[in-house]
Amino acid sequence: MERVRLVHGNGGRFSHELTEKFILKYFTNSLLALLHDGAQFDVPAGRMAFTTDSYVVQPIMFPGGNIGKLAVCGTVNDLAMNGAVPQYLSCGLILEEGLPFEMLDTVLATMADMAKQANIEIVTGDTKVVKKGEVDGIYINTAGVGMIPSGISIAPSNVKAGMDIILSGSIGDHSIAVMGQRFGLSLSESIKTDCAPLNHMVHDVLSAVGDKVALMRDPTRGGLGTVLKEIADQSQVGIRVDESAIIVHPEVQSVCDILGYDPLYLANEGKVVLVVDSSVTEQVLSIMKEHEEGREATCIGRTLDKNIGKVGLQTALGGIRLLDLLGEDQVPRIC
Amino acid sequence: MKKLTLQGKQLTAEALIHKIKELHTPGETVRLMEVCGTHTVSIFREGLRQLLPEGIELVSGPGCPVCVTDQTYMDKALAYADRDDVIIATFGDMLKVPGSYSSLSEAQTKGAHIHVIYTPLEIIELGKQHPDKHIIFLAIGFETTIAVIGATVKAVAASGLDNVFFLVSHKLVPPALRALLDRQAGHIDGFILPGHVSVIIGEEPYRFLAEEYHIPSCIAGFDGVEILSAVVNILEQRKMQHFYVGNTYHSVVMKEGNPVARQIMNEVYEPCDDIWRGIGMIPESGLSLTGEYATYDAEIALPITLDRPSKEIKGCQCGSVLQGLIKPNECPLFGTSCTADHPVGACMVSVEGSCAAWYKYGYASGGLSWED
Amino acid sequence: MCLAVPAQLISINESIGTIELTGATRDCSLLLVPEAKVGDWLLVHAGFAVQIVDEEEAQATLEAFRELEELEEAYFAGKTANS
Repeated sequence: MERVRLVHGNGGRFSHELTEKFILKYFTNSLLALLHDGAQFDVPAGRMAFTTDSYVVQPIMFPGGNIGKLAVCGTVNDLAMNGAVPQYLSCGLILEEGLPFEMLDTVLATMADMAKQANIEIVTGDTKVVKKGEVDGIYINTAGVGMIPSGISIAPSNVKAGMDIILSGSIGDHSIAVMGQRFGLSLSESIKTDCAPLNHMVHDVLSAVGDKVALMRDPTRGGLGTVLKEIADQSQVGIRVDESAIIVHPEVQSVCDILGYDPLYLANEGKVVLVVDSSVTEQVLSIMKEHEEGREATCIGRTLDKNIGKVGLQTALGGIRLLDLLGEDQVPRIC
Repeated sequence: MKKLTLQGKQLTAEALIHKIKELHTPGETVRLMEVCGTHTVSIFREGLRQLLPEGIELVSGPGCPVCVTDQTYMDKALAYADRDDVIIATFGDMLKVPGSYSSLSEAQTKGAHIHVIYTPLEIIELGKQHPDKHIIFLAIGFETTIAVIGATVKAVAASGLDNVFFLVSHKLVPPALRALLDRQAGHIDGFILPGHVSVIIGEEPYRFLAEEYHIPSCIAGFDGVEILSAVVNILEQRKMQHFYVGNTYHSVVMKEGNPVARQIMNEVYEPCDDIWRGIGMIPESGLSLTGEYATYDAEIALPITLDRPSKEIKGCQCGSVLQGLIKPNECPLFGTSCTADHPVGACMVSVEGSCAAWYKYGYASGGLSWED
Repeated sequence: MCLAVPAQLISINESIGTIELTGATRDCSLLLVPEAKVGDWLLVHAGFAVQIVDEEEAQATLEAFRELEELEEAYFAGKTANS
């Protein structure tokens, strides 16, 4: 048994074999072990967050991670952005016939690792196998639930003028790690995905000053530029950010220069943008810096009571550049 | 290589702005055309416009290869893309450019083989991998890109491949500047010249600007600070009433350009009259493959006839925008039927088209809509 | 109209060079700069080196900018002293 075959998804003996040899090898918890049609658990009273995301990425393995890492961290982070403490995850796998088991094994091992790191359990799941060519290797869907501690309210409507905008670190690393290998570039080992679970860092911030955090967003697809513009639109504020406060690693910047990409519109998988009351900015920054994921956290700007719906980036030269949502996908250009 | 620090950049820019203010008479209108689209993007990205004193206007010129590529060219490319035995190889820039009836990205969704490349040399690999297909490379661009593609044509010839062809629509900068000045005198007071085109052609081909038209010009790099220093140079020329081809990009722009590159261009191409989108025919402003290399011309090797005539886009003022005759927001389509997500004209399609830049960077209403 | 970046040439194999920019290396054609040597900085456009960077000139430009920078600093220092 070296490669996934269609029979591994037919629900019979082969499916059982796949579940036992691979899934249960990595995902072990009392709820999943029952192998029932779903997971049953008690919930405390209060507010719950529920989210889902599907993961498709090419290449499946990239510097610093693989699709499995994205599938766990992405959903964990979405829960964290709601202010929730992530608790349970589901895992739906769609496998392409012919996928090497070795690759599946690596992806599942990574998922288990990440789940452990994020302190979350994968308690239910499903696996389908489709014909060669119908998917690209492996697609993963994860859904997650988590409880929101009382007193925490994360919503665009909480954002008011005069608040500070904090970014947890450098931008563009994930996109460049994934795409950079195309177009004949060999990347230095220092370029890696930033993909990481943010829930512990976010939890520490919320435990300390939860009532002063108005909004959190992770700038994934669409990049920082898009997220800032969305915040300005949804919260009906203006936003001014300082270009020189936004960190772009020189390695990432060079690849952007070669391909003509704008780092403000590249995806990140381990970053968070927080809008906080300016009285707690320093405190939030120092809490974040204690975590690996927030080591480079900085205050990048403020919300304003004018320029509603607009994001002005103060450039290094002192001019203003307005940021819009990402339009077309970025492609390598000559001009 | 050492670079300016961010703080250094800011101070240098401030110093240059002071110089510009000293050289500029308040109330006087000075219209400087940045010929190159990459300059246009830098100017917006670095927010240069608001730093300049009132009266100094930066006008975007025709130096955006995607913007000036004629509709008929796109229609031919699309006709080739329709063929099952053809793979179109192209720079990403061309994907969204509208032809009369479709675009490459639309064709791609319908199953056309379209391959985005970073370097033209990739077409040699494509040719080897797909011996049963014709590879047609969309050879667009100005002198910088022409030199690169010219070298690629030679490499294809040397490889012995017989299934790789070029659909050529190259454009030359100096004849376009001449045409611009001939068509409407007096609307441009100076040119910020394209740095990377000049890397290839050097300073000489622009001399007519000073000698025949008495217009100052300066070759510039692409950093905000470099652009500002070119503005200083042009204003100094105006003040002294002594006109020449300034060059503030000496690190890569030599007086004679790149002679090896120019020699390759002369060997592979010959000048021809060419049509610029919205502007029309400009004498000797294009290139076609010549001599033994003519066999790699897609239109000669695989002749194609368009089953429908190309049609101009009604109301689109790209031509006037490209010549600096009107501002993007003065076009009736701008912001109404022509937007960044649903572009009608090429100047809105291209990342460095001036309409796209005005739209994207918040100038949709004519000036920067930002309250300080 | 033409994006190009400076990168350093770290090895040569006939007409193909390997160029390095912080964090990335890539092959690049040297057909347009046959005289390039390992260690040179090259201006690269669409996978081709189109010129060898004249480092003396680059340095001179940088110094000219530094002088402006100092001028500006002195100007501000003067302004602060006066106020």
